[in-house]
Amino acid sequence: MADLFLHQLVLPVAYILAIVVPLIVAVAMFVYWERKVIGWMHVRLGPTKIGPWGTLQAFADVFKLLFKEVILPAKANRFLYYLGPLIAVVPALAVWAVVPFDSRMVVSNANAGVLYLLAVNSIGVYGIIIAGWASNSRYALLGAMRSAAQVISYELATGFCLICVLILAGSLNITEIVNAQAGSKGFFEWFWLPLLPVFVIFFIAGVAETNRLPFDMAEGESEIVAGFHVEYSGSPFALFFLAEYANMILISFLSAIFFLGGWLSPVQGWVHLDAPGWINWLWTGGFVWILIKAFLMSFLFLWFRATFPRYRYDQIMRLGWKIFIPIAIAWLFVSGCMRYFDWVSVGVGA
Amino acid sequence: MTVVQNLPLICFYAFAAVMLLSALAVITLKNTVHAVLALVLTFFSAACMWLLAEAEFLALALIVVYVGAVMVLFLFVVMMLDIDVEKLREGFVKFLPVGLIVAVVMLVEMLGVIGVHAMQLRTGSVDPAAAVGMSNTEWLGFALYTRYLLPFEIAALILTVGVIAAVALTLRERRDARYENASRQVKADPRKRLRMVKMPPAHGDESTAQEEPHA
Repeated sequence: MADLFLHQLVLPVAYILAIVVPLIVAVAMFVYWERKVIGWMHVRLGPTKIGPWGTLQAFADVFKLLFKEVILPAKANRFLYYLGPLIAVVPALAVWAVVPFDSRMVVSNANAGVLYLLAVNSIGVYGIIIAGWASNSRYALLGAMRSAAQVISYELATGFCLICVLILAGSLNITEIVNAQAGSKGFFEWFWLPLLPVFVIFFIAGVAETNRLPFDMAEGESEIVAGFHVEYSGSPFALFFLAEYANMILISFLSAIFFLGGWLSPVQGWVHLDAPGWINWLWTGGFVWILIKAFLMSFLFLWFRATFPRYRYDQIMRLGWKIFIPIAIAWLFVSGCMRYFDWVSVGVGA
Repeated sequence: MTVVQNLPLICFYAFAAVMLLSALAVITLKNTVHAVLALVLTFFSAACMWLLAEAEFLALALIVVYVGAVMVLFLFVVMMLDIDVEKLREGFVKFLPVGLIVAVVMLVEMLGVIGVHAMQLRTGSVDPAAAVGMSNTEWLGFALYTRYLLPFEIAALILTVGVIAAVALTLRERRDARYENASRQVKADPRKRLRMVKMPPAHGDESTAQEEPHA
């Protein structure tokens, strides 16, 4: 009984905490890093006052938000108003169940991992729509409408990109998708090379799905104040913030997993050294690599934000429907041919 | 110990109860947005029940397609509509007998189909996916793209026809709308529209004053 209790309850909860707690800390540090990087790009200093080099700024912000008064607008729908942020944050945390950090380091090594990822990710948009509607505010509703249209459009492109990956890897299991990118030709074995256009589309569609600049139509400060979360304050607002940043980190990790070989080393197959275990990961692969790759990908989010002006609504729709989806469908055929005629080697043995 | 053993059954009843209650809420709630959200919950509970039955592909596809896309568009439309609830409820008593008859006929038909089918089922029948050692999704993919390829392609063709028909029915040329020509905008050359002029400072050195177009 005690054994059962341990395996059914204690260990799963421990695994979940082992993912969620570092994730929330990573979100806080990512917010700090974003402000710092954008400060440098604007020739400013960014946060400097709290903690050494301002590193504790994000935590100060979080505590400020948590202690602020939660305001419910008059005539807002009370139940849905509080449900919105919860629905936004739960999928943003739940998707991490199938994200592998190393060959054995994953909470659930599910066979239908990619499907689960798509399914849970597609629920997140309800948080935005419900929040926008329940706030009983025109700006919030406009933001919710824009967000719904945008997420639906770009989800299709993301789906087609993932199908290309699935065709090459031949599996829905995320760990096996990473293993399919192993081989002897270093980082040329990874899927970014045969799927280069798809990789670009996947990441840009990911930026659009997380409503980040230059695709932040749902917030659009200069047009609709702050969009769907204009009426939110205090901890519900903090939840939206957490969901958005967790999703950004997730897209960075997914790009690293699907196209940049996950935890695999970029010099796999080229370097073989007899070295102690603590440094072996440099060529045999390990979770440090996936962290480095995800960090580099997440830096692109900040770079985009500091570089590009916001897209117009019709430009976003045109980019999604008339450019990304046709290219992704065309590459679907190309990747089918790659698989059928064995143009790319998949996995170690192939 | 028994709680753990019966956990799938308990989960089944919990999801089934949530599903029935939310399905009831869809047709009884006054607010249309609430009704759509209840429908989302119904779909979600159905997906959970399919997961319990180890039909993971169907369950996740239901969430991706219906919850993630179709219902979002539904919600989108319902939020925009200005629905007069009182007017909708006017004919409730008048149409109640017709509705009841339709409901009874549907119930009998479903009982007939499912009941007859259930009698033919042998308990302990072999799961075809497990028999060949594949996951449910993998087996479904192989079956659809080999044995059932023709029906699958025909279904795809019918759906495509439906999409084209829907677009053809709703697409109308609007004379008063003004469109942006995106490719013309992209081709715009800043050098043709903007000329950089270097002006001499008001009290500066006159020798540096010269006008030159931006290269």
